[in-house]
Amino acid sequence: MTIDHPVALAPADRAVRLLGGDLTEKALRLHLDGLTGVDAVGLEARAANLATRSIKTSSKAWALDTIISTCDLTTLEGADTPGKVRSLVAKAVMPDPSDPSCPRVAAVCVYGDMVPYAVEALGALHGDPDHGLVSVAAVATAFPSGRASLDIKIADTREAVAAGADEIDMVIDRGAFLSGRYGLVFDQIVAVKEACRRVDGSFAHLKVILETGELQTYDNVRRASWLAILAGADFIKTSTGKVSPAATLPVTLLMLEVIRDWNRLTGERIGMKPAGGIRSSKDAVRYLVTVAETVGEEWLVPHLWRFGASSLVNDVLLQRQKMTTGHYSGPDYVTVD
Amino acid sequence: MSRLSVPKTYKLAIGGAFPRSESGRTYVVTSPAGEFLANASLASRKDARDAVVAARSAQAKWAGATAYNRGQVLYRIAELLEGRRAQFVDEIVQSEGVTAAVAGAQVDATIDLWVWYAGWADKYAQVAGNGNPVSGPYFNLSVPDATGVVAAIAPQDRTGVSLLGLAAVVAPIVLSGNTVVVVANEAAPLSAISLAEVLATSDVPGGVVNVLTGSPAELAPWLASHADVNALDLAGAGSIADGAWVDLQITAAETLKRVLPPVEGAPAPSLERITAFVETKTVWHTKAML
Repeated sequence: MTIDHPVALAPADRAVRLLGGDLTEKALRLHLDGLTGVDAVGLEARAANLATRSIKTSSKAWALDTIISTCDLTTLEGADTPGKVRSLVAKAVMPDPSDPSCPRVAAVCVYGDMVPYAVEALGALHGDPDHGLVSVAAVATAFPSGRASLDIKIADTREAVAAGADEIDMVIDRGAFLSGRYGLVFDQIVAVKEACRRVDGSFAHLKVILETGELQTYDNVRRASWLAILAGADFIKTSTGKVSPAATLPVTLLMLEVIRDWNRLTGERIGMKPAGGIRSSKDAVRYLVTVAETVGEEWLVPHLWRFGASSLVNDVLLQRQKMTTGHYSGPDYVTVD
Repeated sequence: MSRLSVPKTYKLAIGGAFPRSESGRTYVVTSPAGEFLANASLASRKDARDAVVAARSAQAKWAGATAYNRGQVLYRIAELLEGRRAQFVDEIVQSEGVTAAVAGAQVDATIDLWVWYAGWADKYAQVAGNGNPVSGPYFNLSVPDATGVVAAIAPQDRTGVSLLGLAAVVAPIVLSGNTVVVVANEAAPLSAISLAEVLATSDVPGGVVNVLTGSPAELAPWLASHADVNALDLAGAGSIADGAWVDLQITAAETLKRVLPPVEGAPAPSLERITAFVETKTVWHTKAML
């Protein structure tokens, strides 16, 4: 089965193309329940094997820069203030003030009400991360629980987009998903995708957070990934970072396999964002290896791959300083977040 | 039939655990006469890095304990050393090639030194600190405070210092709330690791004392240049190579470390070794107006 239209889509077009014109919940359920089960042991073994690769020095230098330039520098605390967002933006545009060759991060990720401050602080540097600028991502739809009515979720999204957010990180309704109401989850993603439409007709990028730590099984992660992609997700994202376990290597591998399958089926490229729990450069490099081995190195660009992290960047900077100066650095030489 | 002996494997002591070197390297420890004694881990720069991370994460809690409590914890180590006296005597006899009486004297000196330093834990601040005279209705106090993570090279002489030298370097560093990464005597590291085992079974939190066995010439430059090490005790660095310790001092200056120069043999117990690894903090506070 091959579908020829690898072009940007209006919401739900993907599902219509794959499942037929009369899109019903039954058709969706038949498709999702018809997915083959995940070989959990094989998946974990594959992920563990990918984590053992030895990375040589020149590759490591490239990997460290790639991690920084594909990172969504994140602050999602109840105690966030405009001042904290401004200092986060300052760090995003110049992660290592002692080394001007250090790349900028891809985006800053904040709560919706902090978007205006992030946009203002970025100024002329606000733009497409593929061109070395920094975009603004906002979490929306009653993040992190997703427990709100659809109207509120849509209003939340519209407000963030209107304030200048380039990317929307939405959460799915895990309760509905786990109780089997796939149609409801699907419709909500479609509605939020529609709310991402800007006045000029273009769309803010939509990242759909599956919160894999609450989905219980790998089979559910595979179903939710398909569901999100069919409903129009530009990115699928593992976690909010508020639930443990957050991103793990096997789950990321599994989601990347869905992305690979979708790419083979349609030629479309869906992005992937593991978030939460990735704190060390060593860990992050393992994710890069997994991407390169699953979907290919061409995915390691800001519009197809992101790390959602807050403390990861500091560890990467320490490793980077070690590589440039030749001696070990310490936490006194990076920011206190 | 004679019994097959079960020789002990001596490993590193990092963060309260006893890992092998991440490099997988070992080296053979021999007696002065050349007999095989044990295989010890040959620590790499990455082990040193891990040890600094462990020392850093243990530092705040150790410095946050009351001085009295740190003194009690250190005194308890002296008690444990006394209890394992025979093992230490045996290791010193083997690795230094001395008589049991000479080895016993070194263990006694170590225990005495440890008790002496333990006593200073809640007293050195009275000597090194001060209530400064001021012409106003407030107090002005200068108090010594731990400097952070200290890297140390234990004395490297073949005889007389394998246990005493390590203790004489470690005790004054940790009593004020510092944590330490110490490179043990390369030729005679056995009692250093046994001392680390004593520490691990005492009340000293993991990561306060980290012991690396291996080559000081290999490890010292990495520790001297490490930006997260606050001070450097080069007690045993005189033996590395002629004048090498000067280079270490120059490297350490890049990150503004305090540096203690090499000494002959084991450093004698002294208040100066304590105050070398503290920094003075001066604070003021209003007097009650009642």
